Amino acid sequence: MAGRRISSVVSRSLAAYLTSPSSGRTSCIRRGLHKYSTAAAIDEPITPPVEVNYTKLLINGQFVDAASGKTFHTVDPRTGNVIADVAEGDAQDVNRAVAAARKAFDEGPWPKMTAYERSRVLLRFADLVEKHNDALAALETWDNGKPYEQSAKVEVPMFVRLFRYYAGWADKIHGLTVPADGPYHVQTLHEPIGVAGQIIPWNFPLLMFAWKVGPALACGNAVVLKTAEQTPLSALYVANLLHEAGLPPGVLNVISGFGPTAGAAICSHMDVDKLAFTGSTSTGKLVLELAAKSNLKPVTLELGGKSPVIVCEDADVDKAVETAHFALFFNQGQCCCSGSRTFVHERVYDEFVEKAKARAANRSVGDPFKQGIEQGPQIDPEQFNKILRYIKSGVETGATLETGGDRLGSKGYYIQPTVFSNVTDDMLIAQDEIFGPVQSILKYKSTEEVIRRANATSYGLAAGVFTQNLDTANTLARALRVGTVWINCYDTFDAAIPFGGYKMSGIGREKGVYSLRNYLQVKSVVTPLKNPAWL
Amino acid sequence: MADKSNGYLADSFINIPEIKFTKLFINGEFVDAISGKRFETIDPRNGEVIARVAEGDTEDVDLAVKAARQAFDHGPWPRMPGHARGRLMMKFADLVEQHAEEAAALDTMDAGKLYSIGKLLDIPVGAASLRYYAGAADKIHGETLKMSRELHGYTLVEPVGVVGHIIPWNFPTNMFFMKTAPALAAGCTMVVKPAEQTPLSALFYAYLSKLAGIPDGVLNVVTGFGATAGAAIASHMDIDKVSFTGSTEVGRLVMQAAATSNLKHVSLELGGKSPVIVFDDADPDGEVCVAGSRVFVQEGIYDEVVNKLVEKAKNWTVGDPFDPNVKQGPQVDKKQFERVLSYIEQGKRDGASLLFGGKQHGKNGYYIQPTIFIDVEDHMVVAQEEIFGPVMSLMKFKTIEEAIERANSTKYGLAAGIVTKNIDTANTVSRSIRAGVVWINCYFAFDNDCPYGGYKLSGFGRDLGMEALYKYTQTKSVVTPIYNSPWL
Repeated sequence: MAGRRISSVVSRSLAAYLTSPSSGRTSCIRRGLHKYSTAAAIDEPITPPVEVNYTKLLINGQFVDAASGKTFHTVDPRTGNVIADVAEGDAQDVNRAVAAARKAFDEGPWPKMTAYERSRVLLRFADLVEKHNDALAALETWDNGKPYEQSAKVEVPMFVRLFRYYAGWADKIHGLTVPADGPYHVQTLHEPIGVAGQIIPWNFPLLMFAWKVGPALACGNAVVLKTAEQTPLSALYVANLLHEAGLPPGVLNVISGFGPTAGAAICSHMDVDKLAFTGSTSTGKLVLELAAKSNLKPVTLELGGKSPVIVCEDADVDKAVETAHFALFFNQGQCCCSGSRTFVHERVYDEFVEKAKARAANRSVGDPFKQGIEQGPQIDPEQFNKILRYIKSGVETGATLETGGDRLGSKGYYIQPTVFSNVTDDMLIAQDEIFGPVQSILKYKSTEEVIRRANATSYGLAAGVFTQNLDTANTLARALRVGTVWINCYDTFDAAIPFGGYKMSGIGREKGVYSLRNYLQVKSVVTPLKNPAWL
Repeated sequence: MADKSNGYLADSFINIPEIKFTKLFINGEFVDAISGKRFETIDPRNGEVIARVAEGDTEDVDLAVKAARQAFDHGPWPRMPGHARGRLMMKFADLVEQHAEEAAALDTMDAGKLYSIGKLLDIPVGAASLRYYAGAADKIHGETLKMSRELHGYTLVEPVGVVGHIIPWNFPTNMFFMKTAPALAAGCTMVVKPAEQTPLSALFYAYLSKLAGIPDGVLNVVTGFGATAGAAIASHMDIDKVSFTGSTEVGRLVMQAAATSNLKHVSLELGGKSPVIVFDDADPDGEVCVAGSRVFVQEGIYDEVVNKLVEKAKNWTVGDPFDPNVKQGPQVDKKQFERVLSYIEQGKRDGASLLFGGKQHGKNGYYIQPTIFIDVEDHMVVAQEEIFGPVMSLMKFKTIEEAIERANSTKYGLAAGIVTKNIDTANTVSRSIRAGVVWINCYFAFDNDCPYGGYKLSGFGRDLGMEALYKYTQTKSVVTPIYNSPWL
């Protein structure tokens, strides 16, 4: 049942993969019988069907150790065990990477080859990733904990799709010829910006790689990418494939490491022309500060959110329950845009809460490599403990704990799908980004009220609206101060749809044609005209 | 050993492919014309019949349009997301590239195109056109609008529907892809009528499109003649858009037929008499000069240019287009061949001086010597009419204003070449020439991202570039009231 409902409200690609009849997984999800016990979830973690082959830094087309020789552990969140030792990049490595990127951009073939040729490299890369779909998906699940089906049937194919999308832009990047007020010939050239520093998070390691590296390369730039310390593995794997596809050395450099060291070094580097960061709002502020203090490199930020889901009185309640559930619990609740404040109109409130509670109670949690699992472990102990603290806060401030509320099992970072009802705006769980499987349901009376309350946050990333009424939909879509409004759907992430935040959820947009301008500079070229036949 | 002078090269030099596709391609199948009729397609190297090809007429066009209509109104093609269409087009492009040799050989036999250029350039560029538009299929945007009332408005850019493409014989492959690729990307379905002189590669590409997985009925090919099959397309009541490339004379007929039938959208890419203007400061060794049919040379550099052109003409090898050393193949058919020769005679009669060439090359086939006239005056036929053959008319000019005026005194306006190193000359002249494409210090500089088309009697509408997509779309505005919007 769950699988079918998901298919009716989320993006077609997601639907196609989750309900593929060949897998038999649909029926597992439908039965919803799985509430794994401590023993079953943890005791026998499935051995991932993949080897870790790439653990070094990738600089100038070569896999190299960190200058310091240091390594750090990347950990399996199902157990807390170490997956591999990965080279730990620091400022010195960032310097080398930036130097390589600078040389590749200023002197190398990448910006000088035709756009068509660049697009061929990116398309070859997409084809290679497609061939490696399952191994890559297994690596992603091992490092991050998201269900394997999600990685293999949705995220890796979406990665491929994104690179094909960007490859198609490469030879279509246009500037303008512009009317002047006098006899001048005026053109705007949209030039590659140069060396882009990109810092990506751990919640969607591969997709975040695609959102950043895709447009940067399509526009002819060179990149220094820092992955999250929790999830360094998949980027190194695909970066290797990118070189196999013909990317010249130095065009993409990948540094594994930590924020305060490698991340800060990129932000402050005087020779990085552009910075793009996805992560928490608090770190985003630091990133912007470092960029300002160093060389004023332009910055785009994709930060946190506390996105409202608004279930109107005329909503299809069953659909709304299922989609709102997905909006919050997807990816273990670890989405910047998770629908973490569920406003339900009082007329349908009781029905909604009952159904939401039942749905969460049925959510199958366990080893993400097991078929039919909807929810894996949280990423690491830090997140895990933070979520449990918020749950405690919810209880202490008087919200009604409908289901869940505790960890699951004794190993790894599993948390029970948790639902709070009777949440009020002043509670911490209604204000702070929890980034975990904790749904908060709030009651409202009128459209004006819910608009005011939905907007009463310093965040502004996304919102979901459930209504059958055209005017309600249009009114709410315009009134909500957020970067994406999903009407009767959620998390529809097609390649051409721009995504980003209002207010403290970020600066700039990724995906779609809008993402290109992040990686281009505009140059106006002006020449006087003699005897122009027209102006 | 082959005797190049008679224009026929032994078949053992190149693997001449078997002609596999000679029937109409309708709704995913190769079928005979309803009448059963066939017509001959001729090898211009020797005047011999290459193959007999199904001759489509009104009834066949009708069947093709029915298939295209069904495919558009009910089939998957317009209902797929642009990305999915793009994937199939990419597969099609890969197949075209893989079969480049076979396709190039077909064009060489059928149209006299140079084989080595076809293999290395024309066919790969055709595949690149498919890829360009495959990558554009998921990037066709409308707009949300700024209404000055409490209204929410946006435009949807929708596929126009069933398209008729009537394509010429001079670039059979590139014309085929230039036309079909953007229409496919936009989600249209189509009926292609290739020129009767050059039907073979189009049928081959139809076959490859099916292999690629393009659904039945989306791309139909009806081979036949303009007066029958072409006219049937131009006047069909169920075709939404016709795009025609060919002569101005026939372009008029197409537009008339469109008007008297169902007011279908029309785009025309017609003839030209494109000037090349060579200024005193030009690099006389440049390749540019060679390409134009009406070449204006500034007096300061005139003699030098004339000498260089004659040198070039002497080395301009004419012969079997399968021979990689040959620079010029035969004219496409007897009619064109005779037409060009008669223009040459006219030029002589009108008093132009024949500097080079002027006769048939060899004894067989439709080869003509590269021909240069000097002392041409603007009013002469050879300076006004489109000859469509290897005949260059050279004229001398004094000032930039004179060059502009004379370059513009033509009913045509397709392209122009400007040869100069001076920034002001380049900017002034490029703005002043009434033509759709201006090439500065280059010629025939086509690119998939660069729109191409004419002014004046050279037609309207643009091929190539993102602009071409919009030839195959319609804009729909959608408006609805809004209430209490915090902004307007």
